[in-house]
Amino acid sequence: MAKEQVRQDTHVSIRTPRARVAGLGVAHHGVGHWWLQRITAVTNTVLMLSFVVIIARMAGRGYADAVHVIANPFVSIILILAFLSVTLHMRIGMQVVIEDYVHAQATKIVAVFANNVYAVLVAVACVYAVLRIGFGQPA
Amino acid sequence: MAQFNLPKNSQITQGKSWPAPPGARSVQTFKIYRWNPDDGANPRIDTYQVDRDDCGPMVLDALLWIKNKVDSTLVFRRSCREGICGSCAMNIEGQNALACTMGIDECKSPDNALPVLTRKDKDGAIRIYPLPHMPVLKDLVPDLTNFYAQHAAIEPWLQTETPAPEKEWRQTPEDRSRLDGLYECILCACCSTSCPSYWWNGDKFLGPAALLQAYRWLIDSRDENTGDRLDALHDPFRLYRCHTIMNCANTCPKNLNPAKAIAEIKKMMVERTL
Repeated sequence: MAKEQVRQDTHVSIRTPRARVAGLGVAHHGVGHWWLQRITAVTNTVLMLSFVVIIARMAGRGYADAVHVIANPFVSIILILAFLSVTLHMRIGMQVVIEDYVHAQATKIVAVFANNVYAVLVAVACVYAVLRIGFGQPA
Repeated sequence: MAQFNLPKNSQITQGKSWPAPPGARSVQTFKIYRWNPDDGANPRIDTYQVDRDDCGPMVLDALLWIKNKVDSTLVFRRSCREGICGSCAMNIEGQNALACTMGIDECKSPDNALPVLTRKDKDGAIRIYPLPHMPVLKDLVPDLTNFYAQHAAIEPWLQTETPAPEKEWRQTPEDRSRLDGLYECILCACCSTSCPSYWWNGDKFLGPAALLQAYRWLIDSRDENTGDRLDALHDPFRLYRCHTIMNCANTCPKNLNPAKAIAEIKKMMVERTL
């Protein structure tokens, strides 16, 4: 990075060590993310297995057959749940990576925002595609 | 963002090499990190030859031998020489350890050496550096101010609302046994300074040592402040930077498991929401 980054609270300061450790205080946030990451990890294993089975069943078949498989309400619901679970898991996981390694505040905020936008876009696009097939494409 | 090269004035140079004492038959080479804040020079690696026949069996014995007989300018912390004060924590052969409880033979054994070191480290020397990723005050002495402040931040003392009893606060043997594996921590900082999460976010992540201490008070049956203690940890950085990397448990010279203590805190956090 061209501009030298000074990480928060590691520069020489005459604040007391206790004040530096206290920082801005407790965020009262984190347990929800942590728990949701575990829950979606479990649901991902089941849903992604189903996803793989569904995709495998389409192998060698044409477009019309694929649409027919996805239009099945049971398959549609599994796919929608899989997309929601995976994108949620992806969003939280990526946010943790960003928080770990990106220390410049402005870059971090932009990166977390971009991560959220990306996850929502992917989720909405996937769900929209399945719904469009499930409810029948307009003529 | 990530920085892949050390700044110019932090790059390590080849230092002085001291000869083996005349007549020494069993010689062990030590390569030791040296840095003096007063001379403005870069850190360097000095090479010492220790006469094993004239020296005790532990790495600390070798350091004391060097300081007494070869180079009195070598600086390191030590006190109890029996693994209870935590002063002589340093990075020996790529592993954080107490110099006083790490045998010279032991730190060269394949069980101890990290794979990354066994590949390049064929010269038989024992490499000693200060604890990783802490500011260095001099030679092998790291600045642990932030580490101690983090320990203070978890308020490591018994907190009660109930007026103190006439004698002691009582505890069943069973409740007391829950503190085993926690109370033995000597705050040597081996665990926290081996933790990559602590390296990247040591200013906000409390680190394994402070969190193990936090758990020690969270599960103390006599403590009446459990809720507030959990509140003080409910933070994406203070607690949740732990990604279960387990370096802390690998390196702990007292064979404790800070990662498990942190996992228990995370379970308590969920438990109170369910």
